[in-house]
Amino acid sequence: MVEYRIDRRSGVATYLQIVQQTQQALRLGLLEPGDKLPTAREVVEATAINPNTVLKAYRELEREGLVEARRGLGTFVRKSLGSTPADSPLRGELLEWAGRARAAGLERDDVAALFTAVLDEQFTPERLASEQDTTGRGTTVKATPAKNPTAKGDPA
Amino acid sequence: MTDTAMEAADLTLAYGRRRAPALRGCSFRLAAGRVCAVVGPNGAGKSTLLALAAGLLRPTSGRLAVLGGSPADVRTRIAYVAQDKPLYPQLTIAETLRLGAELNPGRWDAALAARVVADGELDPGARVRSLSGGQRTRVALALALGKRAELLLLDEPMADLDPLARHQLMGTLMAEAAEHGTTVVMSSHIVGELADTCDHLLLVSGGRVRLGGGIDDLVNAHALITGARPLTDLAAHTVVESHATGRGLTALVRPDGPLRLDSGWDVEEPSLEELLLAHLRSPDAPPLLTPGANPADRTAVTA
Repeated sequence: MVEYRIDRRSGVATYLQIVQQTQQALRLGLLEPGDKLPTAREVVEATAINPNTVLKAYRELEREGLVEARRGLGTFVRKSLGSTPADSPLRGELLEWAGRARAAGLERDDVAALFTAVLDEQFTPERLASEQDTTGRGTTVKATPAKNPTAKGDPA
Repeated sequence: MTDTAMEAADLTLAYGRRRAPALRGCSFRLAAGRVCAVVGPNGAGKSTLLALAAGLLRPTSGRLAVLGGSPADVRTRIAYVAQDKPLYPQLTIAETLRLGAELNPGRWDAALAARVVADGELDPGARVRSLSGGQRTRVALALALGKRAELLLLDEPMADLDPLARHQLMGTLMAEAAEHGTTVVMSSHIVGELADTCDHLLLVSGGRVRLGGGIDDLVNAHALITGARPLTDLAAHTVVESHATGRGLTALVRPDGPLRLDSGWDVEEPSLEELLLAHLRSPDAPPLLTPGANPADRTAVTA
């Protein structure tokens, strides 16, 4: 069972903290398909947050296809978020690339900025949505929504 | 079962002919199942509003319906904890809980009340008079929770609790709301805490309701705008508050339509605290009730 930690000073919306911690638990294998998420009652009793915040987070996870709500039973994990193994060829290529960047005189922050810019270009929501239709499967690296994805007017 | 926990229509209460009324012409609606914060400066009318909802006061004029009826008619379905947490000092905690059981036949949840007391490691044989303020608050909340009310009216429930007790009792309250759909209305000054626990807000000041509605809706209805531009740029919108910062200005606005601003403006979502403070500093800003919190437009109710 995952336990959520709410950081009131992080500036990240509370429901998004629950979404991100669930995704992290999936990546680390702390949660696997078939596992049950804690009930809203259990989460709010431990964290003293509003029940609707938990339900909003679970709806978002459901929208991402990571969990499913089974009526009267609870919310269950549908699929894991596979992490890239340490010995994958992709890691090797990235390592090589980072070495070249360093040799070219780039600072750590420059490399990070460049990498983030490429990530933003490759993992736009529109692009992911269009690829979902053709491949039918999620990608191994999942872009975490940086901002409130359900936007305004969501009656939480 | 009604979908409305509280509905006020032109609610006014004056404590005497010569004194300014404590509440003046308040109208608002609170859907059932919400956790509502009642905030406002000292003397704003928060306690008066809660006492009216509990049926301890009668409106001078106007109307306040609670759970679809008059407060007196639904007394068995509401629980009220007053600010000074009145209890019988000569009774022990166990006797106090027995009183709760005797006074609430058919609804009393003895296990829940006992657990709330036990969580605070209180001796059931201790007399109420020997308890500290925070311990008395815990016993008062145990009584209110044990009643299994549909509407909990709590006046400054957390003020004298230590941080652990506050977290624990707030967790218990939220768990009740999650499992039974209990409506909770609580007044408080601790804004940071409210943002996590409450989903609905009533801002009362000067005896009037200044803001009412879902917290997300209220926050989304405002924008915090910074820029090195003149205030006249914002003329099309309701400016709640503005002040000069360096060469430019910062303003909390209520956009009346889409915000079409030049690139010189930076637009951010205000925090709940910024929203409340701006309204408290600007008593003349027009009030805002979001759809669903306004008794006038029942058609827009989604809850």
